[in-house]
Amino acid sequence: MEDCLAKKMEITVSEAEKRTGRNAMNMQETYTAYLIETRAVESQGEGQCAPMDSLWRRYSEFELLRNYLSVTYPHIVVPPLPEKRADFVWHKLSADNMDPDFVERRRIGLENFLLRVASHPVLCQDKIFYSFLTQEGGWKEVVNETGFQLKADSRLKALNATFRVKNPDKRFTELKHYSDELQSVISHLLRVRARVADRLYGVYKVHGNYGRVFSEWSAIEKEMGDGLQSAGHHMDVYAASIDDILEEEEHYADQLKEYLFYAEALRAVCRKHELMQYDLEMAAQDLTSKKQQCEELATGTVRTFSLKGMTSKLFGQETPEQREAKIKALEEQIQEGEEQLKSKNLEGRDFVKSAWADIERFKEQKNHDLKEALISYAVMQISMCKKGIQVWTNAKECFSKM
Amino acid sequence: DTSLGEVNSFSPSMPISPASMINQYKFEDEPELRDLFITVDDPESHITAIETFITYRVVTKTSRGEFDSSEYEVRRRYQDFLWLKSKLEEAHPTLIIPPLPEKFIMKGMVERFNEEFIETRRKALHKFLNRIADHPTLTFNEDFKIFLTAQAWELSSHKKQGPGLLSRMGQTVRAVASSVRGGVKNRPEMFTEMNHYMETFSQKIIVLDKIAHRIYKEEREYFNEMKEYGPIHTLWSASEEDIADSLKGVASCIDKCCKATEKRMAGLSENLLPILHEYVLYSEILMGVLKRRDQIQGELDSRIDTLANKKAEKDLFSDEIGKLEDKVECANNALKADWDRWKQNMQHDMRSTFTNVAENNLRYYEECLATWESFLASQTVNLHVEEDSEDRP
Repeated sequence: MEDCLAKKMEITVSEAEKRTGRNAMNMQETYTAYLIETRAVESQGEGQCAPMDSLWRRYSEFELLRNYLSVTYPHIVVPPLPEKRADFVWHKLSADNMDPDFVERRRIGLENFLLRVASHPVLCQDKIFYSFLTQEGGWKEVVNETGFQLKADSRLKALNATFRVKNPDKRFTELKHYSDELQSVISHLLRVRARVADRLYGVYKVHGNYGRVFSEWSAIEKEMGDGLQSAGHHMDVYAASIDDILEEEEHYADQLKEYLFYAEALRAVCRKHELMQYDLEMAAQDLTSKKQQCEELATGTVRTFSLKGMTSKLFGQETPEQREAKIKALEEQIQEGEEQLKSKNLEGRDFVKSAWADIERFKEQKNHDLKEALISYAVMQISMCKKGIQVWTNAKECFSKM
Repeated sequence: DTSLGEVNSFSPSMPISPASMINQYKFEDEPELRDLFITVDDPESHITAIETFITYRVVTKTSRGEFDSSEYEVRRRYQDFLWLKSKLEEAHPTLIIPPLPEKFIMKGMVERFNEEFIETRRKALHKFLNRIADHPTLTFNEDFKIFLTAQAWELSSHKKQGPGLLSRMGQTVRAVASSVRGGVKNRPEMFTEMNHYMETFSQKIIVLDKIAHRIYKEEREYFNEMKEYGPIHTLWSASEEDIADSLKGVASCIDKCCKATEKRMAGLSENLLPILHEYVLYSEILMGVLKRRDQIQGELDSRIDTLANKKAEKDLFSDEIGKLEDKVECANNALKADWDRWKQNMQHDMRSTFTNVAENNLRYYEECLATWESFLASQTVNLHVEEDSEDRP
């Protein structure tokens, strides 16, 4: 991972704070601000710790940073931000952005985002990213001054290109399908997981009802009383254990969500390729038609039907001087066009090469991360089973003493 | 004098000695001495012009002398069980007659002849007859014997005998009359305690029954969602290469846990739910038994009160009073013994049922644990293989 920023600098998003302020329309609003702390790694030697530099940023500033990176590095699969609004919630989770659990998970997600960018071989060298981490005031102005918004492709243009491009690189077409499939399958999985979590919660919590009844029943029993009472206690423990279990699972869900959003980033790179390819095809087509026009004018033959051809038949030919002028203008345009086409071709090939290199890097990262996530899911299930075995072993002992 | 109960059964007109009671108790504890084996199976539906009903096959195997044969096979319908229960209640007003499954199911069932319903009913009827067979007194009841052995036409003709409707109504009227007066006034402390116990027990068992049903319902909903969860991972594995195996592994684990959940649910519905339901019915039965004891006491008390107001001629009625006093004493003793027996059985049933629930859950978690641990092992083996191959130049 060469000399990426993550190795030289410690980065954390350590706190979240509720703030009130005034928005663009001078209305009062509440938002959350996140504390970014950084410290150069070299400054730590033999136990002495340099103080951390810190500044506060809100979510919209993270969004601005990511937009800048996406536009400036269209060939890179840019790491995604954690979700803006709580999605895939099951009933116990809050869909409220101000909910402390949501804020906490978002804080972790934002830290993860910064670390991903900082460990990316290309992105970590970006100056705007560096100043995001270190420059407290005036950062927004600096970003806007880069004029990146002007470079952004319009959504409409991109959509148009998707439908009309004739020869996109086959690998990108496959990648596009893959990212669509990935998006669809992960969101389906997250939806069902949320429902499963909901039901699991129900099963555990209902067992909590045993505790009180057993206790009240034990009051009228002589021999059975103790067994009932202690069994009831274990049922309470069982019912309470689900809260921690499901909280851990939320982190697993967040890991999957990251790759759900990564699929969108992949899609963006494919879109950029389609756009460039379409642009190239249009330029080539334009050049071809100009060359044809030139040839027709020079030889006087009309190979294809054209309005010009018809009007000249109806209203008479143009003068030789007029024709000469036209040919000359066209020849100039053709030369320009050929140069442009050459550079567009070069651009396109460079794009494909560097994009594909990043995509390979991304694939490896994805396979590694998802495999680890699945393993951690198995570990969570194992822990849940072990807790269950312990509780029910205890309960069984109490019941057998009734 | 019909109020003394039938001569056929173990006659309550004789005071029951403690010694003989102990013998009966021991008899129960040694199942090898059991000499009456009953099974209820093979439900069959019958369609006539008027109605459709189900009959069950009742097979009895016995070595008892009172039975003419050692094996009987008869077919009985629910009505016949109802008849048997009411005859037993008549004969032994203060004994605890086991519960019968209900006539109708309230919610959820549209068809009376749904397979699940019939099976649940069959199991409950089987238990009903066996509980009677195990009961030290009821097992020798003559109507019980006829129920087990008589052919269909014999049974219906026997049913028509016995105290007519009018005299039965007379009994009820007298019982109601005496209950209005009490039987509570002179109630021995022991039975007041029993009443308090039953009030609380009733409440608690009803709540437990509801909780158990809730748990079953939640487990079913969980199972339904889990069924969908596993296959998504298989679907995902189709678009992946490197992680396809891991995804398929997770899918398989989830499917196995899903099956384990189904087993867990089955355990609940086969064991805990029926037992709790029976004890809900038992609590009604016991409240009824306590009431009937009060009524019998009430008869005695009200007679004494009436006679106290009629001066003289006390000797004339001392016989009657004596008989009533005996009746009360027998009823009390019968109830006391049966109560102790019932409590022992209840404790045993609860202990074994809840232990079974715990074992069920343990089995479930152990199965799931094994499945995930083997998946984890397979993943870490692969990781080591990958690491080794990376080390090589």
